[in-house]
Amino acid sequence: MTAPALAERPVSAEAGRLRLRRALRALLPAFSLVLVLAAIAYLNSRAISYFGFNLMLNLAIPIALATLAQMFVIAGNDLDLSIGTFVGFVGCVAATWLHDQPLLGVLILIGGVAAYAALGALVAWRDLPSIVVTLGMSFVWQGLAILLLPKPGGSAPHWLLSLMGVKPPFVPFPIVAAIVIAVVAHIGLMRSSYGAILRGSGGNAAAIGRAGWSLFKAKVTLFALAGFFGVLSGLALIGITTSADANIGNGYTLLSIAGVILGGGEFVGGRVSPIGAVIGALTLALAASPLLTFMRIPPDWQVAANGAILIIVLAARVLISQRGAER
Amino acid sequence: MNAALTRLLAKPWLWSFLGALVVFLASIAFTGGYGASGMVNAAFSLAVFTVIVGVGQMFVITLGPGNVDLSLPANIGLASAVAMKVMNGDDSLVALGILAALGCGLGIGVANYLLIWALRIPPIIATLSASFVIQSIDISYGRGLQIKPPPGFANFANAQVFGAPILAILVVLFTIAAAIVLQRTIYGRSVLAIGQNIRAARLAGVKVGRTRFLTYALCGVLGGLDGALLAGYFRGANVDIGNEYLLASIAVVVIGGTSVAGGKANVPGVWGAALFLVLLLTMLNTFGVSAGVRLVMTGLIIVLVITAAGGAKAER
Repeated sequence: MTAPALAERPVSAEAGRLRLRRALRALLPAFSLVLVLAAIAYLNSRAISYFGFNLMLNLAIPIALATLAQMFVIAGNDLDLSIGTFVGFVGCVAATWLHDQPLLGVLILIGGVAAYAALGALVAWRDLPSIVVTLGMSFVWQGLAILLLPKPGGSAPHWLLSLMGVKPPFVPFPIVAAIVIAVVAHIGLMRSSYGAILRGSGGNAAAIGRAGWSLFKAKVTLFALAGFFGVLSGLALIGITTSADANIGNGYTLLSIAGVILGGGEFVGGRVSPIGAVIGALTLALAASPLLTFMRIPPDWQVAANGAILIIVLAARVLISQRGAER
Repeated sequence: MNAALTRLLAKPWLWSFLGALVVFLASIAFTGGYGASGMVNAAFSLAVFTVIVGVGQMFVITLGPGNVDLSLPANIGLASAVAMKVMNGDDSLVALGILAALGCGLGIGVANYLLIWALRIPPIIATLSASFVIQSIDISYGRGLQIKPPPGFANFANAQVFGAPILAILVVLFTIAAAIVLQRTIYGRSVLAIGQNIRAARLAGVKVGRTRFLTYALCGVLGGLDGALLAGYFRGANVDIGNEYLLASIAVVVIGGTSVAGGKANVPGVWGAALFLVLLLTMLNTFGVSAGVRLVMTGLIIVLVITAAGGAKAER
């Protein structure tokens, strides 16, 4: 974000090293993705094709959207442990109300975003620990999802199916979608002036407050954005799976947190990166099953592989930071 | 009299017990007083498991913002499988099995701290990544195992003396010990000091690294113990046995009056909050609501209680 400003200044050796370290850190998510892709290409070269990517990255779109939702919450120094069940709830709404009575379905989804905004308001107003509040909310969304769809079923609206089934020329749809999502989120959060305020509310709340910005409004906005991207994630998921199940999104809570961290985000200080988050989500989606299937790792160990990848990337990040600290 | 009342009202654990009482009264009002003693008995039997991990989680959370152990459910699952496998259905191997579960929990706690320390990452993500790995080990280790506890151990976990569950009595004693450790030992005071201000604690000579290490190890051990006991109580281990304890362990700590910001812990509150959560489920069950409504109500009530408890904190 400060790269152009830094480049104009005369660069001392120290600042240069700092910049190198920052650049390395910023490149780490992309590097992990390339590494996973290289491993897949080595194990099964046929996977690196239009159809291969379409298959392997299919589920990456909802994961990327859920990761962005989580990223907005993390940008404000909070954590959302309910995003997974919320995605599941949205999925159930999409497969039932949105299919049968579109208007009502849309209203319910808007209500979901409003509930997220209200949650942000509650957290800001009472200064509540977001971990506990969102853990509580995860029960609410799960319960609502079960009420809507006690048994797996329902069917996705046709427009959603055709949207997720688009086959653009040359570049597989998941890649196009990921780029569009990343660019939109990047412009909104990293390049707009209010985006800077939003990140600032996590980075230095006191400074933003003294500068006259409403921290309350920032928190509500961040949570509302999380709700909005959660809705998009649920819709994308149902567009792929064609039917829903109350537990369909449960794994997304942990995946989304892992994605944000893999993508270079940090838990405190409003330090997040939308592009990194999307890359992190893609890496996880690829590493979660295609890579492991090609490596013939039994399904039992696939969750462990997610954990191991997280640990390896974080270890690499520490190595980079430490080399800088040693000077 | 008035001063005593004010002092009592200022106790942070009071609200969780009041909540438990209200929920209890609501359910016996519904049944017309029928089954009240059974309800209390069952509540204590079930609350025990939440209290054990709740105390571990409380020590971790008291270390300050960002400290939380998300690996507890995976830890409980793996430890329950390890305990049952070592016991192998044989009553003479019970002690060994419990030791194995404790060792398993200790290993997980140590691994958690190593990740936090070596990678310098927030505990949340360290324990989360660890839990992914543990979960896989558990799935692969527990596959195809006929995991049943020895009859003697299962009977012990379900036994009663003078109409009270033995485990509940033991865990009450354990929580008293935990309160003493927290308030009266150097280790406990160090945990509180680190939670209040880690820099000040370090400058004052508190061994920050060692205290944090001990705390994560302790939490791991308690998770392992809980796993073994749960497998005994429910007469069998499975991968999902610990799942509900992620929310429960954090919720009882916060509802019980421990500050999420760290540095302020409350042991009796953990009991009150655990009873409250169990009785809340009992109440919703006696009302005969569906699973979906029960989940929604549980979630909303937790959010409401946190809102109320958080408000009390802000007024001080």
